[in-house]
Formats: sequence, C-alpha cells, structure tokens
Amino acid sequence: MDFISILSIFVMACFVGYYVVWSVTPALHTPLMAVTNAISSVIIVGALVAAAGAGNPVAKWLGLAGVVLASVNIFGGFAVTARMLAMYKKKERK
Amino acid sequence: MPFSFLSSGVEGIGAVPVWVPLAYLVAGVFFILALRGLSSPSTSRTGNRFGMAGMLIAVVTTLVTHDIASLPEILVAIALGGSIGWIIARRIEMTAMPQLVAAFHSLVGLAAVLVALAAFFNPTAFGIADAAGQILTVSRIEMALGAAIGAITFSGSVIAFAKLNGNMSGSPIMLPGRHIINLGTLIAIIVLTGLYAVSPLGGAGEGWMFWAIVIAAFIIGFLLIIPIGGADMPVVVSMLNSYSGWAAAAMGFTLGNTAMIITGALVGSSGAILSYIMCKAMNRSFISVIAGGFGAEASSGGDGVKSDRPWKRGSAEDAAFLLQEAENVIIVPGYGMAVAQAQHALREMGDVLKEKGVNVRYAIHPVAGRMPGHMNVLLAESNVPYDEVFELEDINSEFAQADVAFIIGANDVVNPAAKTDKSSPIYGMPVFDVEKAKTVMFIKRSMGGVGYAGVDNDVFYMDQTMMLLADAKKMVEEIIKHLD
Repeated sequence: MDFISILSIFVMACFVGYYVVWSVTPALHTPLMAVTNAISSVIIVGALVAAAGAGNPVAKWLGLAGVVLASVNIFGGFAVTARMLAMYKKKERK
Repeated sequence: MPFSFLSSGVEGIGAVPVWVPLAYLVAGVFFILALRGLSSPSTSRTGNRFGMAGMLIAVVTTLVTHDIASLPEILVAIALGGSIGWIIARRIEMTAMPQLVAAFHSLVGLAAVLVALAAFFNPTAFGIADAAGQILTVSRIEMALGAAIGAITFSGSVIAFAKLNGNMSGSPIMLPGRHIINLGTLIAIIVLTGLYAVSPLGGAGEGWMFWAIVIAAFIIGFLLIIPIGGADMPVVVSMLNSYSGWAAAAMGFTLGNTAMIITGALVGSSGAILSYIMCKAMNRSFISVIAGGFGAEASSGGDGVKSDRPWKRGSAEDAAFLLQEAENVIIVPGYGMAVAQAQHALREMGDVLKEKGVNVRYAIHPVAGRMPGHMNVLLAESNVPYDEVFELEDINSEFAQADVAFIIGANDVVNPAAKTDKSSPIYGMPVFDVEKAKTVMFIKRSMGGVGYAGVDNDVFYMDQTMMLLADAKKMVEEIIKHLD
C-alpha cells in the first residue's frame, strides 16, 4: 500500500476513535483503558513478522521477545477487562 | 502448496493475496466494535469478545502468511506470555488496577521498541528495504518514531507504575533545569530522526543514530514522569495509554498494516480524550500537568492551613440515626475509601438503608481514584448496581434535595473553595455541591489531612456538618451496627 492510502486510513481511524471514545460511558473508563491496552498489543503482528523472518537471528530473537511481551498484554488485557465488565450489574428488580 | 504462494512479505506487496489485507481490515473493524460496546455496560461484554476475535484474526493471518518454520518457537512465546498475563489478570486486586494498566502500557512500549529494532536488523523481512538492502527513507522515519514513542511509553510507564505501586514516593522529584533538559532531549530526538532519514543510503555508519534515538527516548520518558505528583497520575496513565497507541500506529505504518494503524489511532485518541477529561475535571491544563510539580505544595502546605474554627464531631450512633431517618442519601466516595478498603462495608450500609426505604445513590467525581473510572470499578466489585452510581453533572443538582451527603475518603472534590476562592489551587475545578444537603457527614481519619491539594475545606466547619473521625471501614461498620 502506498503511503497516502495508509495515511488516509490513519486519519479516518483517528476520527472514528474520537467519536467512539466520546460515546463510552464514564463508568467504563477503566475497562476502556484495559481493553485499549489489550488491542494496542496488535503490535504482536510486527513481532510475529520479525520472529518468522529468516536471515537474521538477532531480529528473530527480538521478535520472539516482542511476542512474549505482547502476549502478556493480550491475554492479561482481555481477561482483566472481562473480569471487570462481569462486575457491572443492574439493580435487581423485585 | 498454497503457502508458498502466501508466504510473501519479502517479495513485496504484489504477492500478498487479497484476503490478507481484508482480514486485517476486519480485525481493525472488530477493534472499533470493541470500543463501541463500552457505550453501555450491557453491550460491553459483547464488545470485549469482538476485541478478542479481532486479535485472533490478526495473529492467525500473520502466522499463515509468513514462514511457518518458526511456528513452534512462536507458539511457545505466545503460551509463555499469555499464561503470565492470564494469571496476573485473574489475581490482581481491583484497587491495584492503575498500577496494572501502567505495567501493561510499559510492555506495549517495549514491544514497539523491540519490533522497531527487529525491523532495523532485518528490513527485508518487513518489506521496507530497497533492492540494495537499505531501509527506505519514509520507513526510517516511521521506525524511528515508533521506537521513540515506544521507548517513552516504556520508561514513563515504569515510573508511573513505581509511583502508583508505592515503590517510589508519589511526590514529585524536581530536577533543576528540567525543562531545558527535556526540551533539549526532545530536539535531539527530532534532529536525529531527520538525520537518520536522510543519511546516505549504502553508508554503514548511520546505525548509531537509530540507537541514539532509542536511548534518548528512554531517558526523556523517565524525565517526563518523575516530576509529576500523585494527584496527576490519572492524567499520566491516560497519556501513556495514548502514547502506546501512537507507537503501535507508527509500527503499523512501517508494516503497511491496517489493523495496526486503525488500532493505534483508536488507542491514541482514546488516551488523549481521557487525558483531556481528567485535566478538565481538575481544571488543570495539560501543559501544567506535563510540566509537573503538582502535589509538592500539598505535602509542605499541610501544616499551614490548620484552622481553629469550631467543628462538630459526630458518633456512629448519631450518623446511623440521621441516615435511617433520611429520605435521600447521596454517598460521595473518594480514593480514601479505596485505601481503607471500605467499599464492601459501604455497600452493606447502603443495602440496609435501602431496606428501610431510603433512596441511596452514589456520586462519582471523574478524578475519584487513581485512574479514569476507577471508583466505578471498585463499587461494581462490591456489588453496587451501576444504575445507582451517577456522574458529577448528572447528580450535582440533587444535593439540594438530599437529606444526607455522606462523604467517605474524598475531600478536594467537595470543597466549595473551588467555586469561590480564586486564590485556591483547586479554583475552577468542578465539585459536588454537598454543602446544599441538609446534613453533611464527613468520614475522615483526622482533622489534619487536607487532601492532595493541601487546601482547607469550609464544609468541615458548617453547622450541618458532622465530622466522623475514624478509619473509614471501621466507622461504616459501626454505623451498620447502629442501624436497627
């Protein structure tokens, strides 16, 4: 993809992010941070590319280390978000 | 063998089958839906599942389109990291959530640095090298930015973690001339990035610039956060959240990966908006938070504001009597409640009062707790239904009709000086109008401590105010005993 296409996607995504995040209820701001943490670990894609890349052992090990770190975040981030969200209950109506 | 056709990346964009960018796009859309779900607690759990599905799509797509020879090592790495993350997530106390989020930010930051370094060592694998094996100019800028933002996120988050976790004093550490040092380091990073980008292709000696950028960024992340005091931590955690997103986006540019770019933009905006909300809730400008030093006055100013004005001390028995006679009770919890672990006792008290027909509601200030929304999570954990919990602007007009405003572990957020006293450090901060309630109950450990901002509170000395001086948890338990 050329730079301008990528930049267009980026700029549009910033606007989407702006509107989506403003619609998040303040009560869920902590889960929001936890889940953004988890999804920003999509950086694992870069780490996987490096880990799978042939020809340079240094890059490979850096990539594998990146995979470990990002995995901590992915599993930890989604799990802790799920744990928090499970706590939010409505009033019991009798 | 379809995989020989799929294993591209080295040969360039042309060899990538069309479903691959589509899969990354779907992953990006799923991440948007994950955040969209958070608009209400009822849709949030579905949202989280979209997030997980998006991540699965992104990871699987990457794995099947690249050399699968290293698959066993990669799976071991995922299993190792994944189990660590899973165990931490299961065990963490909800009060420690700010530290955990800071720690997770530092990992994203470090991962971004590692990916950028890997791209530096093996540009061919990332498809960012020209025919001669040299890294393209635009990719150099993206890599340098990704590495620099990642490094700032990492070292900044480590300091934020240490401060939040109590490994380091929460009070600001002020280096002399720190603004000049910070500005100089920042300029150095920008200049080095420019030089690295334009340094002649084919020259072997330009690598040191990349390393220098990474090292300078580590240093500036550290320098930026050490002067910031405990009260400003919600802003810092949000800001680092934002940085971790921009780092992911920069690496997404390097790889031309839509999932990474969309996610980076989402997370970057999210953190930026949260920082803005936190700053507004404290009436502080973002620049003054970053400049640091807030909270230093709080520790030194504590003695200067003691007042001889008369105040009334109440007992648990008095409080219990007034609470059960009341029609409307609004509870204002602050971070002190979390420190005293009083949330469960508080919910129990609320339940007993509701049994007696009292209308109990909770009022949450945006900066209650150490990160955005922290108090909501703590109340949710102790089984307070979320439809009894209200935000500042939704409940503030209700204090005039309230019989009791029950303030537990909060101080600055109920200080009317923020509305009236222009010389007060918290002037302009939105606060709860608790002084309008018929009775104000204030649970505090002693009359000495005066909150983060170090400002005395006129509400302490008002006729309708009852000071309940004790440990918050013990006091609430005492009150429950007297509610019959």
